[in-house]
Amino acid sequence: MRSGHTHILYRHGTSTAHRMPAHVKILALLGFILGVVLTPRTAWWAFVVDAAVIALVARAAHIPWRWYLPRLVVEVPFLVFALLLPFLAPGPRVEVLGVAVSAAGLAGAGNLLAKGTLGVLASLTLAATTDARAFIIGLQRLRLPAVMVEVAAFMVRYLDVVADDMQRMRIAREARGFQARGPADWRVLGTAAGALFIRSFERGERIHTAMLSRGYTGRMPLVDDAAVTAAQWRAALLPPTAAALTMLVATTWGMFR
Amino acid sequence: MHVPDGFIDPVTSLVTVVVAAVVIGWAVRRSPRELRDRTAPLAGLTAAYIFAVQMLNFPVGAGTSGHLMGGALAAVLVGPATATLVITVVLVIQALLFADGGLTAIGTNVLLMAVTTPLVGWAVARMVDRALLALQRAAGREPSPAADRRRTTIAAGLGGVVSVPAAALVFTVLYGFGGTTPLPMDTLLVSMVGWHTLIGLGEGLITALTVGAVMATRPDLVHFARGRRVRTLQVRQADGSVLTVTEAAGEGVVPVRGAGAVGVVAPRPRDRRFAAAVLTVIAVLAGGVSALASAAPDGLEYVTGQLGVQPGAAGATTWLADYGAASGVAVGVAGLIGVAVTLLVAGVGFRRLAHRTDA
Repeated sequence: MRSGHTHILYRHGTSTAHRMPAHVKILALLGFILGVVLTPRTAWWAFVVDAAVIALVARAAHIPWRWYLPRLVVEVPFLVFALLLPFLAPGPRVEVLGVAVSAAGLAGAGNLLAKGTLGVLASLTLAATTDARAFIIGLQRLRLPAVMVEVAAFMVRYLDVVADDMQRMRIAREARGFQARGPADWRVLGTAAGALFIRSFERGERIHTAMLSRGYTGRMPLVDDAAVTAAQWRAALLPPTAAALTMLVATTWGMFR
Repeated sequence: MHVPDGFIDPVTSLVTVVVAAVVIGWAVRRSPRELRDRTAPLAGLTAAYIFAVQMLNFPVGAGTSGHLMGGALAAVLVGPATATLVITVVLVIQALLFADGGLTAIGTNVLLMAVTTPLVGWAVARMVDRALLALQRAAGREPSPAADRRRTTIAAGLGGVVSVPAAALVFTVLYGFGGTTPLPMDTLLVSMVGWHTLIGLGEGLITALTVGAVMATRPDLVHFARGRRVRTLQVRQADGSVLTVTEAAGEGVVPVRGAGAVGVVAPRPRDRRFAAAVLTVIAVLAGGVSALASAAPDGLEYVTGQLGVQPGAAGATTWLADYGAASGVAVGVAGLIGVAVTLLVAGVGFRRLAHRTDA
């Protein structure tokens, strides 16, 4: 499932996107993706326009297009599903390179590829311009339950600690000559996973004790000081507005053709 | 299994968000009861653990490797409500910080991985645990801590095995309602659930191994095993008789009579609610989803048809023959009746087995 990286995607910078509070950006992203998802699948030009919008935002945030490529390759499983659709979908067949595939399946696959990829590109842009702490504050300002925000804060803080623990265990295993080759070796890996849980849970208990001794009363004060200016709201609303307009034009064009 | 944007149409996605929000609301209220006031740091560390353990590579051979999803594992280790909360946070952080999973598909992903896998894994693990406990007790004595550990490991493993195809089933149902490209449902159901049953075997094995490792060193950290007997003290009294004293985790000392007899683990009201939830799921599957079943002949029927043999000629006169098709009863009704009779027989059977140990 996960290919094995905890390096977050954040790229340090000082652009408008970087300075914007996270909750504004998350709402803008949501609006943009909704516009993309609601676009009728036949309007290919609309997807090109949406991609151009992402390219403009990436340009403004100083993200090179090369940065996106290796991170796109990671989302392979749904590509597999999309590629299977022309063969599995019912309906009238059409000839493609000598193979009879479903016309509806082909359209569906293209639709999935376009919308899924645009979604990933937009999400990558958000992740590149927002650091972890900003995300946590953004979740709080979006009125997520306080428990969830606190759990998220601790998760983000200790993610690298736990992942490094696992990495050290792997090095210790290999230093003792162990190399996992097949299911027979899963017992050792299961023991490692169990040991990692015990270490993480006990660390959580120690953290809780330390917090109590420093006056923790059950609620974590997350300092939230960034005010959002009207100019920032205007900048944030540009991509979703563009996507919405494109979607509306595509839909009405399709209705009157 | 992170679903991206564009897979499920917006209306169904909205419904998934609403349902997910309801379940998360339950989990947020219920989780502190499982972790007491230490919810934030413990759940946070568990979330970091689940994220990390999902990256652990389990080689299958020939260069391929599998990964743990961790839903059933989380439910067994920290309890179902906390597991739902933890995995939801993991999914949200993955979608935002790591661009893994579509933002508009967050409701779908939460329903699949944060709701279905831990809750189904927990429910199945509890059912298996009950059944195995009854069997162990039917042997005449209360199981030892080692037997407890084996039973928990097996229950957790089977919970893991069932949790994955259950999520695949939920995905198929969601796709049936809101998939953006219509696919033949029976093909999708068979391929999704079939493939994920295979994956579930791996998940169940890894879950069992991990839970076994934790049970061997710190059984008090495993939420599934709470209330279990952890220490036995044998007191030899002045008249030569032996008093066996049991301390159950979280329940205090429970002194019991006789030589060798030990305390009884009582079912909790929460377990009854889970049983009710499981019964609801079974009812939905037997009564509703069964209507989607293919009417085409199965392997045996096809072959016997080809050979000219008439199958079931003797039994075709019963009322519910062929799941109600013979007499015009809806297959859903036939399914529900079948489930009810099975549960009745099984329940009576297990109760008799369990009560036989009251010496």
